[in-house]
Amino acid sequence: MAASSRAQVLRLYRALLRESQRFGGYNYRTYAIRRIRDAFRENKNIKDSEKIEELVNKAKANLDVIRRQV
Amino acid sequence: PRRLLTAAPPALVPSGRTGDGDGAPRPLYMDVQATTPLDPRVLDSMLPYLTAYYGNPHSRTHAYGWESEAAMEKARKQVADLIGADSREIIFTSGATESNNMAIKGVARFYKSRKKHIITTQTEHKCVLDSCRSLETEGFRITYLPVKKNGLIDLKELEAAFQPDTGLVSVMTVNNEIGVKQPIHDIGEICRERKVFFHTDAAQAIGKIPMDVNDMKIDLMSISGHKIYGPKGVGALYVRRRPRVRLEPLQSGGGQERGLRSGTVPTPLAVGLGAACEVAQQEMEYDHKRVSQLAERLVTKIMSEVPDVVMNGDREHRYPGCINLSFAYVEGESLLMALKDVALSSGSACTSASLEPSYVLRAIGTDEDLAHSSIRFGIGRFTTEEEVDYTVQKCIQHVKRLREMSPLWEMVQDGIDLKSIKWTQH
Repeated sequence: MAASSRAQVLRLYRALLRESQRFGGYNYRTYAIRRIRDAFRENKNIKDSEKIEELVNKAKANLDVIRRQV
Repeated sequence: PRRLLTAAPPALVPSGRTGDGDGAPRPLYMDVQATTPLDPRVLDSMLPYLTAYYGNPHSRTHAYGWESEAAMEKARKQVADLIGADSREIIFTSGATESNNMAIKGVARFYKSRKKHIITTQTEHKCVLDSCRSLETEGFRITYLPVKKNGLIDLKELEAAFQPDTGLVSVMTVNNEIGVKQPIHDIGEICRERKVFFHTDAAQAIGKIPMDVNDMKIDLMSISGHKIYGPKGVGALYVRRRPRVRLEPLQSGGGQERGLRSGTVPTPLAVGLGAACEVAQQEMEYDHKRVSQLAERLVTKIMSEVPDVVMNGDREHRYPGCINLSFAYVEGESLLMALKDVALSSGSACTSASLEPSYVLRAIGTDEDLAHSSIRFGIGRFTTEEEVDYTVQKCIQHVKRLREMSPLWEMVQDGIDLKSIKWTQH
């Protein structure tokens, strides 16, 4: 499935980090970057495609949240 | 969009700078027990209800009301899920102060014909102590349990304090000044055995440590929005339904919130509180691990560089993110002023206007002069390692500098016992 391919996930990851850099507040900016890195690192070995899709959707939702505030 | 959301209040110099004109960046925020910033995810959840979806949740006749009510009920469930309760047991209030007032005065007054005694502790938040004081004028008897040197109550003393007409026990879960965590499980057990209602002010605990109202046998719990990265002006009160806890309402009106708290529920704030609770539940483990690491770092670094520093409150039974340290031979206010680029406090925000040292520190038996030398460091979800390191560095630097200037410190270095000095009047 396209949404769960490795390339898609990496694209999402980079987009999240890029958008997070645009937070004006130091604490929000550093938290977003740290949390995103840690979350992707924690889930990097997940194999179950359903779980992957769930996580990808969550990441997309968070990306929208960040975009609305930066 | 960026300009809109980071607009500074009119009186201040534009974004990022303090108003004092020297162009210095804003201080580091290390005072999370006073309040916390809104989590971006919480703000996001509130935005629709601050813009397009502005209906009154109690309007029964149109979509504006229905969607607002749906949002409010979803938030209610989110709060309930965090503490293992049922949605119907959550009442939205204006904050933990109101919740505490409702719980204590409400329960006391409802059962006053048969129950006239209340037990609480000396280290409770001012609103709990003040509510109890006002009940005394209504004819209730209150026992203010002392705490041990480590800030915890003695369970044997609690048991001994029960009387045949005790109606309520109120003990806060995590103290906002020194961070100690009371033995809530044990207290709940003791109260349940004696069929006495147990209320806990969980404002500083909820979302940070796991809380379950059934595990802990809690009958009433106060929740504050702005301590868990939610909005200010909202909180909640958990009121157990089985066995039923009855309350005399404080606020009369249209009967909202099961008649216990009339007034329009502020949907955006309630939604924010709900979202804050959900985020806290998801992030609890991650946050706790980080906060513990940063707290360990702060305390270890300071104590290894600077002698004569006392941590107030039990080392073990605590929430790690609230650290209260007393620096002997240094005056607390001058240290706070020296650390001007770090936002800290000594004692709690609600008592900061008075010059008296904190009653909490007095209750744990802290010496008068050590009580004046205390600083509270708050570490939260957004605190960075760099902020901790900077705070530690400045703290060590200024403590050393202030001690150099202190004649008391000089005397101590010369081996004089300060307690043996006979101070003369001039």
